[in-house]
Amino acid sequence: MKTQDPRAKTPDATIDASCRLPLLVLFNGAALWLVLGLALSVIASLTFHKPEIFACCPMLSYGHAQAAANDLLVYGFCVPAALGVMLWIFARLSQTELVLSPLPFIAAHLWHLGVLVGLVAILTGNTSGFAWLEFPRASAMLLGVAFVLIAISAVATFGQREERELYPSHWFLLAALLWFPWIYSTANLLLVTNWPVRGVAQSIVHWWFTNNFIFVWLALVGLGVVFYLLPKLTGQPLRSKFYALFAFWTLMFFGTWAGIPAGAPVPAWLPTLSQFASMMLVIPILAVAIVLVKTLRGAKLFCGGSTYGYIRLGGLMFLPSAVLLVAAACPQYSRVLEFTWFGAAQVQLHILGFGTIVLLGAINEIVPLIMDKPLPFKKFVPWQFFLSVVGVALFVIPLLIAGVQQGHSNFEPNAGKFWLKLSMGGLVLLLLGSLLLLTNLFLMTLKWKIALVKTVAAAVVAPLENSEVKS
Amino acid sequence: MKSGFSIFLAILLTLGGSWIGFVVAPTMQLGTAKLTTALVTGDTWPQQRTGEATLGQQIYRANGCVACHTMQLRQDGVSFEVVLTSAGKINPTAVSNLISTLTLTGLNKEAADIAADKISAVGGKTETHLTATGADISNYHAVRRSVAADYLYDAPVQLGSLRAGPDLANIGARQPVAAVHLQHLYAPSSVTAKSAMPSYKFLFEVRKQINGVASPDALNLPAEFATAAGYEVVPKPEAKQLVAYLLSLRADAPLYEAPFTPATTKP
Repeated sequence: MKTQDPRAKTPDATIDASCRLPLLVLFNGAALWLVLGLALSVIASLTFHKPEIFACCPMLSYGHAQAAANDLLVYGFCVPAALGVMLWIFARLSQTELVLSPLPFIAAHLWHLGVLVGLVAILTGNTSGFAWLEFPRASAMLLGVAFVLIAISAVATFGQREERELYPSHWFLLAALLWFPWIYSTANLLLVTNWPVRGVAQSIVHWWFTNNFIFVWLALVGLGVVFYLLPKLTGQPLRSKFYALFAFWTLMFFGTWAGIPAGAPVPAWLPTLSQFASMMLVIPILAVAIVLVKTLRGAKLFCGGSTYGYIRLGGLMFLPSAVLLVAAACPQYSRVLEFTWFGAAQVQLHILGFGTIVLLGAINEIVPLIMDKPLPFKKFVPWQFFLSVVGVALFVIPLLIAGVQQGHSNFEPNAGKFWLKLSMGGLVLLLLGSLLLLTNLFLMTLKWKIALVKTVAAAVVAPLENSEVKS
Repeated sequence: MKSGFSIFLAILLTLGGSWIGFVVAPTMQLGTAKLTTALVTGDTWPQQRTGEATLGQQIYRANGCVACHTMQLRQDGVSFEVVLTSAGKINPTAVSNLISTLTLTGLNKEAADIAADKISAVGGKTETHLTATGADISNYHAVRRSVAADYLYDAPVQLGSLRAGPDLANIGARQPVAAVHLQHLYAPSSVTAKSAMPSYKFLFEVRKQINGVASPDALNLPAEFATAAGYEVVPKPEAKQLVAYLLSLRADAPLYEAPFTPATTKP
């Protein structure tokens, strides 16, 4: 990976500083939504312990809290965090300052406003009714505009690059920038309108969107970030570029067709094609595994909770997550596992174990650089790492077990109840971890703002230089 | 592949493929779907919901019921049963002797045809009945799988992906009594012991009885769930609409793509 080239025109510190404002807004908001999202998840899972707990409080009942929590995790945390990381990676790879930097700064505010509108809408019952797409039209429009504005800045920065040769991360992240507006606008225009497509065509568009957003988009972003940061942190080149690009093309070619469940009440060609594509995902999984193993083999870095640890573990988590997706699509397993907690566990593993951990690592790596200061509590980084790892394990593994029990007992109503209750422990740990990130980011921003005010104040009250004083 | 534009084009084509395959094509195939006709009765299908049930669908959506309930029944296959309608006049004893040697239930199509041929060869008259089979069918007392036509009037279509609770595709036929649904929404464990379903008390109103007389709408709750004496639990309009919607959920008409022999035509 590139180290600072003495011939490069722009020093890294200048590039990082140019990203400061938009990234701060994106990351601070993302951290806040992550905390709120996980808190809502905990609230939702209280229902497993005491079903009638929110009998008189519709806002926090399971159907509301769970949907809000899921959307805050992806729209609140994953997307803005990913956008911030992407902007920085594009600026660094292009060796140029962020182009049109006011654009993402404004857009970041629009994005967070959109998430707020969506959150209020879900809690008050104005959901669209489609999982992962619950935000109403007003919110979706804000999100769409904000994303496009940020993408414009990212692509403009990409266009300014000094080095014309493309790096694998470029491919993954450019595809992610193109794919999100495409699927998000398609899904919203066809589903969240007064004239949705007719009948079960809604469900097909919805499955397509969900798979392409949660699985494909998050994979593009996560792998793009891992393939940039891993070589950078280890000082080893990515081994190899060929496998990374092979993974990219096969992931896009097959991954985008997965997601239609086997037993769906739709024309048979749809689930059949989708199952075939899911099986073929074994190819990109193998390619990613080869890249990770070969790149990591040369690295002799201590990882105990460093940002390298995040990126390494997050990257590796793609493998079990994708393998579970393929397994759940196998006909003999899907007969048992379809409609159980197994599918939910796979999705949560993908979001929390893979996407979130990679993005957390990237945020912890990038924030000290753009602020040109270490984090206020450096210890929080490894603490959060361990909380997240144990939290994801304690959350996802019980859900997987609950799913298998549910499937084998043929949906016996109380199957897997113990495991569902246990899974809440994992969520609490994740919530604690996210509070550490929030503390770090907010304190850092606060200190920076105070310093800024002090600088301005100092400039205002400073005595005028002699030359400016009229005699 | 060196220039940004050619990459953009390649990515566009790859992603566009899935968009055409899973958005454009299904919309063209199913987006113009029209009412269909049920087999046997010739009724149109699906039946239009009442206004109350249509409103109830929005209550279902707003409360995120789809988080725990699916609305799609799967089916493994069909099984055939050969039923003797008349032993005929030629040789009834031969027919009854033959029948005692044959397996007539749980057959596949070929076996059913062979059995029917054998019986008609000795003068008996038969009917072949068709039954859907599968775990969902027996679990949820359903008569057939869900098909695309069932959802024509739904907006939004909420098939769901998780069965934390039971499937609801056929709930209107499985439990046609509104009062049971209302009581279940108010206090799930009063209907199903140890139910994991949250209570939807906010869809109900607890109010004082007028002159000590219960209103006709008041829930008839078991003692341990009942309110204080002199008070009653009355469903709000939202609860009634939701129940009207639940009662409208039926997958019980035989269709061309999901045939079965309805119980009423069975002798």
